[in-house]
Amino acid sequence: MITNMLPPALIFVLGAILIPFLRGKVKAVYMLALPVVVFITLLNLSLGNTWIVEFWGYELIMGRIDKLSLVFAYAFTIMAFLGILFALQVKDNLQHVSGFIYAGSTLGVVLAGDFLSLYIFWEIMAVSSTFLIIASRTRASREAGFRYILVHLIGGLFLLAGIVLYIQKTGTIAFDYIGLDGIESYLIFIGIALNAAAIPLHAWLPDAYPMGTPTSTVFLSAFTTKSAVYLLIRTFPGADILLVIGALMVSLPIFYAVLENDIRRVLAYSLMNQVGFMLVGIGIGTELALNGAVAHAFCHIIYKALLFMAAGSVLQMTGKIKCTEIGGLYKTMPLTCLFCLVGAASISAFPLFSGFVSKSMIISASAHEKIFLIWMVLQFASTGVVDHAGIKVPFFTFFGHDSGIRAKEPPLNMLFAMGIAAALCVGLGVFYQPLYNLLPFPVHYEPYTGAHVVGQLQLLMFGALAFTLLILSGYYVPEVRSKNLDADWTYRKFGRFAYKLLDKGLNSLNRISEGVLMGIVKSVVSFFNRAAANIALFLSVNIWLLLGYRDKRLEIKKNRLYNDIMQGTLPIGIGAAVAISFILLVFLLT
Amino acid sequence: MKKELTIFDNPKNVKRLRMGFFIALVLLLIAESFVEMHGEFAVEHFYGFYAVYGFISYVLLIFVAKVLRKFIMRREDYYDH
Repeated sequence: MITNMLPPALIFVLGAILIPFLRGKVKAVYMLALPVVVFITLLNLSLGNTWIVEFWGYELIMGRIDKLSLVFAYAFTIMAFLGILFALQVKDNLQHVSGFIYAGSTLGVVLAGDFLSLYIFWEIMAVSSTFLIIASRTRASREAGFRYILVHLIGGLFLLAGIVLYIQKTGTIAFDYIGLDGIESYLIFIGIALNAAAIPLHAWLPDAYPMGTPTSTVFLSAFTTKSAVYLLIRTFPGADILLVIGALMVSLPIFYAVLENDIRRVLAYSLMNQVGFMLVGIGIGTELALNGAVAHAFCHIIYKALLFMAAGSVLQMTGKIKCTEIGGLYKTMPLTCLFCLVGAASISAFPLFSGFVSKSMIISASAHEKIFLIWMVLQFASTGVVDHAGIKVPFFTFFGHDSGIRAKEPPLNMLFAMGIAAALCVGLGVFYQPLYNLLPFPVHYEPYTGAHVVGQLQLLMFGALAFTLLILSGYYVPEVRSKNLDADWTYRKFGRFAYKLLDKGLNSLNRISEGVLMGIVKSVVSFFNRAAANIALFLSVNIWLLLGYRDKRLEIKKNRLYNDIMQGTLPIGIGAAVAISFILLVFLLT
Repeated sequence: MKKELTIFDNPKNVKRLRMGFFIALVLLLIAESFVEMHGEFAVEHFYGFYAVYGFISYVLLIFVAKVLRKFIMRREDYYDH
């Protein structure tokens, strides 16, 4: 097949270069065609390693094709299509080009069979995504983008250090299961976990993602975290620490999501919470749990993109995205509202929507392994999802208090992108078998049992009952314009404080050291200066005495010479003579 | 001028929606007696466990969040220079 000549990553990355040269319909068709070409390429692949390149005596494997990498590659390609369809009306080529390079490098990470090509794509991913954050060209987005790239470069260094040690230890750059054992594995783990926004390395996500443009945030929501999830499934399945990190991630961000005023930041915390479910699945590490993590990543990529698209549409059409500023938008944006509700139902894991068929696998896996505490935490977190993503996002955006804003529906391409995503959410929830067939392990799991459906519906609906009672009685968390402290405080406030502390502390130490050192240097210099003068005087006076100078005239000559030497105003000839006589004296004395 | 949806401006419709919601809740509780709740854990066999746990989780979440807000909330321009 001709389409199999280039790896998918390169189709996107090289294909992106052409975009600035195209205009109008041709450009739109071209951009939509790229993901289609990649998808066809993926469909034509057979299992095994392809696109192997020799490089400095190492084998770069740009196509490790197995069930695990393929299912993620499918999801990312579908996502690239939806994201670009949603962003089609954007004139800014920077966004399109960096979006494609970002999606392409993610495919590169997912299909990489060796650490070198993985690392190269990993860094391209970090840089290209930064351009999507700063694409809104505001001061806040520039600063957030700067923090984002710094954090990711540090994460990249951990990964690189781990990779170097790993290659030194094993003698190969190929990788598969690693497992937490030895310093190199921990370094690699930290590098990957940072990209998965694992607590406590998570603050970059809610800090940077809400800063993107209405369309670029949709891209951001999909790739970095889920490619990290993929790598964790491949390299660290069953790592117990992931149970702890995952449990923290499903539970802590939901409190922030409840309090947050910015809808896209609510969704960012919700993203962390969803990745937490996946990490728990990886931590459990059984076939059912890993299948669940993969399926959940697949469904999540689509419904999270859908929710960010709905939020992006609102931002684009109203210019506002804070709970305190919007509300009642269902009146003029009913389609956007409907799509948002589908996304909300999917993320809440309502039966017949996509989240239900994937999340329940992870929760069931925790029950099968009899991990009661984790199971309780997951159920608690499920209710939390209902609150912030299932109810808060659609309620405060489209219902709630009427803000008086009468914004129109977004352009047709945005509605189509949301429509397709919504259709996929329902489709995956109803016809889940095709997805189950794609999972890495054979599936013996039936999501739609009576007990499951009734239990899940009770959990969700009685959570919603609590919301209803709380909001009617006025006990629900009031919407307030605010900023909530998170771990990024450490480098945004404490960092600045530490800088000042170091400035005050170290610089005053500097000044003291400088004073002491300069004092010593000065006295040494003046000692030698005076020594030179005295030696010059000693030699000169003898000569002058020989020449017959006496008393006052001798005194005047002595003073003039002394001052000339001390102030350095000696004619060059005399200076040279003094220097030579000094050397002569030294030579004679030794 | 594009026409607006005003369905929830009418309090009657909101009331209907709420009634439908409450009926659904009751039906869900009744439905539990028709299915076999085959859980791995003992708690799952208590009648209405999921309903109670969902409700309590939700209320707990909101109240803990309200307390948390006292500690972490800052002005919107907290990080601005």
